[in-house]
Amino acid sequence: MHEMALAEGVLQIVEDAAGAQGFARAKIVVLEIGQLSAVEPEAMRFCFDAVARGTLAEGAQLEVIAVPGEGVCLNCHKTVPLAALYDPCPACGGYPVQATGGTEMRVKELEVE
Amino acid sequence: MCTTCGCAAGETRIEGEAVDAGDGHWHVHADGTAHSHAPAHPPAGGLRYAPRGAAHGHAHRHADGSVHTHDAAGAAADAGALHYGHGPAGAHAPGMTQARMVQIERDILSKNDGYADANRKRFAEQGIFALNLVSSPGSGKTTLLCRSIEALRERLPIAVVEGDQQTSYDAERIRATGVPALQINTGKGCHLDAHMVGQALRKLAPADDSLLFIENVGNLVCPAAFDLGEAHKVAILSVTEGEDKPLKYPDMFRAATLMLINKVDLLPYVAFDVERAVAHARRVNPALQVIRVSATSGEGFGEWTAWLENGLAAQRAQKQETVAALRRRIAELEALLAGAAR
Repeated sequence: MHEMALAEGVLQIVEDAAGAQGFARAKIVVLEIGQLSAVEPEAMRFCFDAVARGTLAEGAQLEVIAVPGEGVCLNCHKTVPLAALYDPCPACGGYPVQATGGTEMRVKELEVE
Repeated sequence: MCTTCGCAAGETRIEGEAVDAGDGHWHVHADGTAHSHAPAHPPAGGLRYAPRGAAHGHAHRHADGSVHTHDAAGAAADAGALHYGHGPAGAHAPGMTQARMVQIERDILSKNDGYADANRKRFAEQGIFALNLVSSPGSGKTTLLCRSIEALRERLPIAVVEGDQQTSYDAERIRATGVPALQINTGKGCHLDAHMVGQALRKLAPADDSLLFIENVGNLVCPAAFDLGEAHKVAILSVTEGEDKPLKYPDMFRAATLMLINKVDLLPYVAFDVERAVAHARRVNPALQVIRVSATSGEGFGEWTAWLENGLAAQRAQKQETVAALRRRIAELEALLAGAAR
């Protein structure tokens, strides 16, 4: 999957931050990954370990904060939790539910030294 | 390299030539030294930042304030990676560093999105209507493109960017229709990204007010996440595939504006329920537009080419509006200047 390219994106963000903030090592990288985003956290961990080798983030721990999915049901107009893009509305059982949250893929913060 | 699909950096080719990283890059060593250099070191096993074989020296500052330079050879090298923090070059007094938290709050795709914004700006300035065509392999994208080009090329300028892992067969097929086409080979990569497309645009130089098709790598997963700067993603689903694909690969159908159901001439011979496929797709994307087409019989092409022409007309009108706004602003500024000179 595309997690390799995304892991390289994470590493670039860490390296940009190292240039701007002057740190030598990233020990923990905290990501926010939405439940409805295009990222599989386990694949992300695997790829990040691979791309971080030989960099200032080598061996860094990747912490993933899962952001729950949320949508607006176009049937009953309620804002409801949504586990998958194709799920029915948990309130009324109808379709479709337009995803409104939980689609993010962000680097939230770093523990550095 | 990714074990799922094998995608990795450093293997992209445009018309057989290696893609120039352009501005070089900078990186940070484990001892905190940050520097930039031209993209001279070869990709080590496809991992862009593993500096195996890098022969650049650098300067750094120790905790006691002394600064010195040395070359990378001083760092311990093992198979595959240099550990700058382990050898004498990177020795730092223990206790001199302090762990701290740094807030980042940046989208993982921010770099790709930056390139996509630049592409989108170029499309807006030139009045180009750009479409990103995405589907599984074998849905008939290239045949559909060839027929669309045949139908439209007398009326509008058209250019095509083709993405495939290997070969330039598709670009050759498009060129045979008489329009300019450029092949990007992603090597092991599973999708086009905005940087590749930006580079292709520089070579292809599509005309002002033209229609630009970007045919992505046949893959219903990875291209969904990467904005190329296009006006719309167009997902193509053929009736020889499963009607449940929009549920199996929801990200792609959510990212698309239009779904083309292709090969409808084969409907009498297959058990594909168009209504079910559309219902499935609209479950993940309620606003999805749908057009049924056959690149073989030409069915539905009136609707599809009208959709293309309307999109291009809107993009051209937007450019004209911007040009008109700029002219107005120039006139205002000239009036101001004339007033000031008096």
